[in-house]
Amino acid sequence: MCCCLQESEYTSILLHPELFINELWHGLQQAVELVVHGSAPLTEVVLLSLRVSGIALLLSTLLGVPVGATLGLTRFPTHKLLVALTYTGMGFPPVVIGLFVYLLLSRSGPLGQFGSALIPNLFTSGAMIVAQTIIALPLVAGFTMAAVMAVDPLLRQQMIALGATRWQAALTIIVEARAGVVVAVIAGFGGIISEVGAVMLVGGNIEGRTRVLTTAIVLETRKGNFEFALALGLILLGITFIINALMMRLQGKTANV
Amino acid sequence: MTPNPCYTLLDIGHSYGGREVLRIPRLEINAGEILAVVGPSGAGKSTLLRLLNFLEAPTRGQVIFDGHEFSADRQMPLTVRRRVTTVSQRPMLLNRSVQANVEYGLRLRGHRANIPAALAAIEQVGLLGLTHQPALTLSGGEAQRVALARALVLRPAVLLLDEPTANLDPYNVALIENTVRDLNRQHHTTLVLVTHNLFQAQRLAQRVAFLLDGTLVELARADRFFQTPQDPRTAAFVRGDMVY
Ligand SMILES: Nc1ncnc2c1ncn2[C@@H]1O[C@H](COP(=O)(O)OP(=O)(O)OP(=O)(O)O)[C@@H](O)[C@H]1O
Ligand SMILES: [Mg+2]
Repeated sequence: MCCCLQESEYTSILLHPELFINELWHGLQQAVELVVHGSAPLTEVVLLSLRVSGIALLLSTLLGVPVGATLGLTRFPTHKLLVALTYTGMGFPPVVIGLFVYLLLSRSGPLGQFGSALIPNLFTSGAMIVAQTIIALPLVAGFTMAAVMAVDPLLRQQMIALGATRWQAALTIIVEARAGVVVAVIAGFGGIISEVGAVMLVGGNIEGRTRVLTTAIVLETRKGNFEFALALGLILLGITFIINALMMRLQGKTANV
Repeated sequence: MTPNPCYTLLDIGHSYGGREVLRIPRLEINAGEILAVVGPSGAGKSTLLRLLNFLEAPTRGQVIFDGHEFSADRQMPLTVRRRVTTVSQRPMLLNRSVQANVEYGLRLRGHRANIPAALAAIEQVGLLGLTHQPALTLSGGEAQRVALARALVLRPAVLLLDEPTANLDPYNVALIENTVRDLNRQHHTTLVLVTHNLFQAQRLAQRVAFLLDGTLVELARADRFFQTPQDPRTAAFVRGDMVY
């Protein structure tokens, strides 16, 4: 690679801002070229990112939407505690969740010691999926709860008066709150695709196995491969934009069926 | 023809947070009749309808519907519960098309989109032109008519109406009144109509019940209720000079 900076070069960049602008501009140009032409390591990192965050989002949606709807629509003895836990989870530092998962899955940890095929090992994409699922779950559940609670309770009563069972009524309310549920999924996705600390801890940023967009950006920046890091950053931005745009389309489509 | 009780309410008491808002020692509602329930705001009329639709179990006592008991510790079986439905004061429509709203109850019952029945109900309330319109864009009167169509399509044995014509213009009032009268005549649907409009009660009902502070003050044939009320409070209410 052409522009791996040595320590002395860093210093000179700091002293001469025009050099930095130059560097950035070159990096950007090369990044765009990289994105346009693609490269094997780049594709690998992008696909792994999408796979890990995609599966984690699917799992946290499958779990989080019913959990959020239950919290929003029913009251039971531990309700307040669970709501407080959800709110805490929504603002919890992902890297701490990464640490928990690390300890859980490590060979001597409570789950790792069983060596079961169902429990992923540390430093695998499975471990990253576990961590990201846990990070996204409270976001999806919390926003779903808020969306469902915003629906007039009399609507649910009316649905039951029309012959809905409790399940049918709950499902109707989730569908009625669909715009908010899509926001919940978007929030969950945003929380994990851009997350770096937890995947670094439990995945280990192993090339070809657990290197995802965010951890690759950290590594390439440290190595001074700015154009590669920037290319990854642009791709991350693009992916987030496209996926959010798709979800908004979904939101718009379902808003008036 | 001896009246055939469709509902029997026995020793009902219903409370919210320790405050009893409804007390009815005994009330029978006959199959196929139109019963109007009148009374001042807060008297417990909507609460009574919620009990009749099995939406809330009475705190005390029982509602017997068609031989089935409904009480604090006895739920109503789904198939029985589905023979009763309510048109509430506010239409409470779903954010879907008019047609999807009308088909909703049918889908709940596992009938896959019965389009002819839905269209017939929409036509009955004069909204065929708005079949595909998003329900939340309708005017108040249109929305209330969709709410009625949504109930009609289910062919309920009992239809509970909670001020179905409040805030509507005379045209919509007449349309809804005619529709429910036809429903009662053609299908012998039992109707319980909560209304603040005494003329409406007079036009539609065979019997009228007067609720005051959660108690049933008087229940009589409509002509007697309005011409020779027995209780002085009923007389005052009918004259329009009751002070609450
Ligand atoms: N869910 C509830 N929780 C607590 N109190 C309630 C609830 N529903 C009704 N109430 C109370 O019960 C009483 C009867 O209410 P209800 O809605 O049945 O009156 P209503 O006769 O229908 O009045 P309106 O003509 O204004 O609709 C009122 O005092 C009301 O405040
Ligand atoms: Mg009321």
